[in-house]
Amino acid sequence: MTAPVIEVSHVTRRFGAVVALDDVSLAVQPGELVGMLGPNGAGKTTLLSLVNGLRKPDAGTIRLFGGDPRTPASRVGLGSTPQETGLPPTLRVAEVVDFVARHYPNPRPTARLLEQFGLADLARRQTGGLSGGEKRRLAVALALVGNPALVLLDEPTTGLDVDGRHMLWAALRDYHATGGTIVLTSHYLEEVQALAERVVVIDHGHVLADDALDVVIGRVAVRRVALTLPDAADLVALRDLPGVVDVSEVGNGVNRVELLTADADALVRELVRTDTAFSDLEVRSASLEEAFLALTRKEVAA
Amino acid sequence: MSTAPTMGTLSLAVLHTRYQVLETIRIPVAVIGNMLFPALAMLFFVVPQRVVAGDPVSATAATGQLAMFAVMSTCLFSFGLGAAEDRATPFEPYVRTLPAGPVPRMIGRMFTGAVFALLGLIPLVLIAWLFTDATVTPRQAVLSLLVIVGVALPFLGLGLGIGYSMSPKAAIAVVQVVLFPMAFAGGLFMPPEIFPRWLDAFSQALPSRAGRDLLVQALTGIDPPATSIPVLLGWGVLFAVFAVWAYRRDEGRRFR
Repeated sequence: MTAPVIEVSHVTRRFGAVVALDDVSLAVQPGELVGMLGPNGAGKTTLLSLVNGLRKPDAGTIRLFGGDPRTPASRVGLGSTPQETGLPPTLRVAEVVDFVARHYPNPRPTARLLEQFGLADLARRQTGGLSGGEKRRLAVALALVGNPALVLLDEPTTGLDVDGRHMLWAALRDYHATGGTIVLTSHYLEEVQALAERVVVIDHGHVLADDALDVVIGRVAVRRVALTLPDAADLVALRDLPGVVDVSEVGNGVNRVELLTADADALVRELVRTDTAFSDLEVRSASLEEAFLALTRKEVAA
Repeated sequence: MSTAPTMGTLSLAVLHTRYQVLETIRIPVAVIGNMLFPALAMLFFVVPQRVVAGDPVSATAATGQLAMFAVMSTCLFSFGLGAAEDRATPFEPYVRTLPAGPVPRMIGRMFTGAVFALLGLIPLVLIAWLFTDATVTPRQAVLSLLVIVGVALPFLGLGLGIGYSMSPKAAIAVVQVVLFPMAFAGGLFMPPEIFPRWLDAFSQALPSRAGRDLLVQALTGIDPPATSIPVLLGWGVLFAVFAVWAYRRDEGRRFR
């Protein structure tokens, strides 16, 4: 068995009174494509900033290619992205790429990289004059320019249109196909579904789930069922319906409730079978945020 | 997994210098502003005073004082404020994830600062040469350049310490609060010969005064007080410790 690319063991990191990561352990093997999911403030970005050597953990250890990420030699095989707004505005696109490339012993040729990311025509443009989507593509291109064995991508396609997103996904799949390891964070379930093989769900500094893609998706793919009841809702009875993970009242005066369930079909069938009186039935897929909240509450209750 | 060696520190330092110079000259007004202030001070405060401007030693000393001010101001502004501003941009933390330690970036900053500090001296020296009786021998001129680099080092440390420990808004206030009183009390605007006794004594404990005296000595041969070198070294060590401490604790932007 080969040594892990990233090894996080019992890491805790606080910011003042806030615990961003609480005793987190995680290992990433060479060639894995890991998606990290979690709501804002869950601790994903903090975890990446520990792996790329920007911050130090308060407790526990982080290994990057077996070394301390805070020493430059450990980061020769690492590619990461600046935030989209973080490019030096007066430098030209090719200059920024070249600047980053020269930090690595075996960089990709700048021209070909710009071609791959659809930036070839913009090589002479100052980065301050790029659109949001172009900046994002450039930021991801910077992660790959050093021919790294591992790339860390924090929200790589936020703010991109559909074409831009698919272009980036294709570039990342190419990179992964040649043996590259990818760790990416995302708000979009769709993005994680399109790319990742393994999913880590983080919230409140804890790893809630760490499993193969379909296993985790099955856990977070909940549906929201809303209905209005004739009488005051018996929340306890509702909670016992099939697959229900969360119940909340939404009505102002009306007895409207929202149920989060893993199996909306079974839930509706059960309501009908028991002859429960209801009106204004509404079923839609829950947002990732709602799914996380449900998952989080369930973990806390358990 | 084998770890490849990082690129050489020297080639990275050259790279960082090149890009920092490039970034600076793409905003020409920053360069011009830096060159203008000491030259204007010379033009308005030294040239019209014939007693000073007409006397070779006084005029040369006055040029030295303003040169000292120019260098001190470049160190505090471009390192102090520059580093604080860079840290506030998201690109700086990204650069810190590249396989290079802090040294190439620091060297880049030092060379960039040196290039623009020396550029800032050109108009000052031109004005002194054209409009006053200031005079130096070639040997004195070369010696003075070396002394300028030496006396700049403590202020480099102070600038980096401020830049890596504060936000840009705090840094600009602190730089101004430090720069102008220290320049005034160090005899960079008015020659210390006209200071009252107590101020002169206090002045001699300041790094700005020590730097000024050593630079004036290089330019005119006037002997500095015996304390100049120990005073400058003492502050130099203190400011270097401050800079290293500030860099080590820095993790980019921090919010509470």
